[in-house]
Amino acid sequence: MSKTETKKFICVACPVGCALTATIDGTEVLELEGNTCPRGVTYARDEVANPMRTFTSTVRVGGGALPVCPVRSRTPLPLKKVFDVTKEVAKVSLPAPITIGQVIIENICGTGTDIIACRSLGVRPR
Amino acid sequence: MNANTVKNVDVAVIGGGPAGIAAAIAARKEGAERVVVFERDWEAGGILQQCIHPGFGLHMFKEELTGPEYVDRYLRLAEEAGVEFSLNTMVFSMDKPQSFDGRKSASFWVMSPKRGVENIKAKSVVLAMGCRERPAGAHAIAGTRPAGVYTAGTAQRFVNMEGFLPGKKVVIRGTGDIGLIMARRMVLEGAEVVGAFGAMPWPAGLRRNVAQCLDDFGIPCYLGYNVCELHGSKRLEGVSVVQVDRNRRSIEGTMRFVECDTLLLAVGLIPENELTRMAGIKIDSYTGGPVVNEFMQTSEECFFAAGNVVVVYDVVDFVSQEGERAGKAAALYAAGKLEKGPRYFSVEAGPNVKGISPCELTGGQDATLFLRVLEPVEQSCRLYAEPGIFSQKLRYARPSEMNEVRVSAEKLNALPPDVKAIKIGLEIL
Repeated sequence: MSKTETKKFICVACPVGCALTATIDGTEVLELEGNTCPRGVTYARDEVANPMRTFTSTVRVGGGALPVCPVRSRTPLPLKKVFDVTKEVAKVSLPAPITIGQVIIENICGTGTDIIACRSLGVRPR
Repeated sequence: MNANTVKNVDVAVIGGGPAGIAAAIAARKEGAERVVVFERDWEAGGILQQCIHPGFGLHMFKEELTGPEYVDRYLRLAEEAGVEFSLNTMVFSMDKPQSFDGRKSASFWVMSPKRGVENIKAKSVVLAMGCRERPAGAHAIAGTRPAGVYTAGTAQRFVNMEGFLPGKKVVIRGTGDIGLIMARRMVLEGAEVVGAFGAMPWPAGLRRNVAQCLDDFGIPCYLGYNVCELHGSKRLEGVSVVQVDRNRRSIEGTMRFVECDTLLLAVGLIPENELTRMAGIKIDSYTGGPVVNEFMQTSEECFFAAGNVVVVYDVVDFVSQEGERAGKAAALYAAGKLEKGPRYFSVEAGPNVKGISPCELTGGQDATLFLRVLEPVEQSCRLYAEPGIFSQKLRYARPSEMNEVRVSAEKLNALPPDVKAIKIGLEIL
């Protein structure tokens, strides 16, 4: 018999921020209370097994209207990989122009998701 | 004043942030011929361009976007709708509205490097200047005045748009959303964040931001604390923090020194209404924004307002929706077709409610009112509008999140003629 335990956390799926209480067995959610939508179920399952977050940061741009361009992970990636990801993203330097949605790094740190540009950025001058 | 040119427009929108862009699109869709957005920055988008975190667009686009992506979507819609943008253009002076043929119209003055000074005449105006952070000078912190003290939004611009990090060891004063989001951002950029210190017993920002910005990175959140003194001669070397009671009075014997080289201030946003005042428009003393009715129309009938210039919002999607309402009404006014309702009601704050907007209703169309609660209620409660025109059960109510009250014109107009005030309140069930 494995032991069950309860875990409390705030759902970050939307601004409501439901206070979830999950009864868990290892990395499996047996029961969930406090969620008010199905996104909470998915969030709790991930949060117990492997917390996932959308990653956002910036990359350096040469000759652009701004010296940096905002980027994000196309889909959420494991929270535990966030610092590995941020180190990889920090190494990038691209020439302008940048187009929104452009892939900056494919399959970042083997997470299966890409880092993409969040805006278009033309060349200098502004 | 002499201007190089006088330009006539139908609907002028002042400010190219989310409220202004949405207003301009709605004005075009309502049939206004010439709709121009005046934006002082080199590009439209406003503060969203520096909000590179996700969480925008859940209502409008049913997906989670970053700030710049949300702007990109709206700029495409604006282009399709035929909205004109006048960028790098500062609106620096506003004349009092003029009456002509029984209708009022606006006149204001802009400056830009390309065209110099111009006088703009508009049949109607949407004020969408947004808000400004409470500046360092308004914080009443004792001690020295070293470098390293920034508002959270300034730091956000430095990091996310200008590409440099304002410090290495950071204390955050306040627990507003921008402060929480900057805590995570600074950590990801290699800085150490010592903690966020908020005076109230609850965080000012959303719970999800406490979870994903502080908890995820092991950053402590100190509630019931004030940052009361700065130390350091040239560069900040540390701050004194002290525990405070519910009335924000320092508790003796609790002061301690916290080492840091950077202090970010995340305490409050103030609607930016210098131009509104110049036009002689009535300001609500509580929200700091113009008094508006359900059409987002101000006390000067050719002026409309939307977004954070009216009241500070929590979610940008609501700002866009409000922009649409203002833009549509402004276009109708410009065409001489805006019909107010037959009544006049003032909206008053009852128990545990503050900063309601709109705060006047005419019964001309269904109204969406936004408000915040004064203190958090973490149990079943009821939000109501008396006399008997709205009632909604809520599972909770928190100051960090706005609440909506929807009032139908039909119900308002059915009220007895002696009813001149609507009272909104929250009661615990």
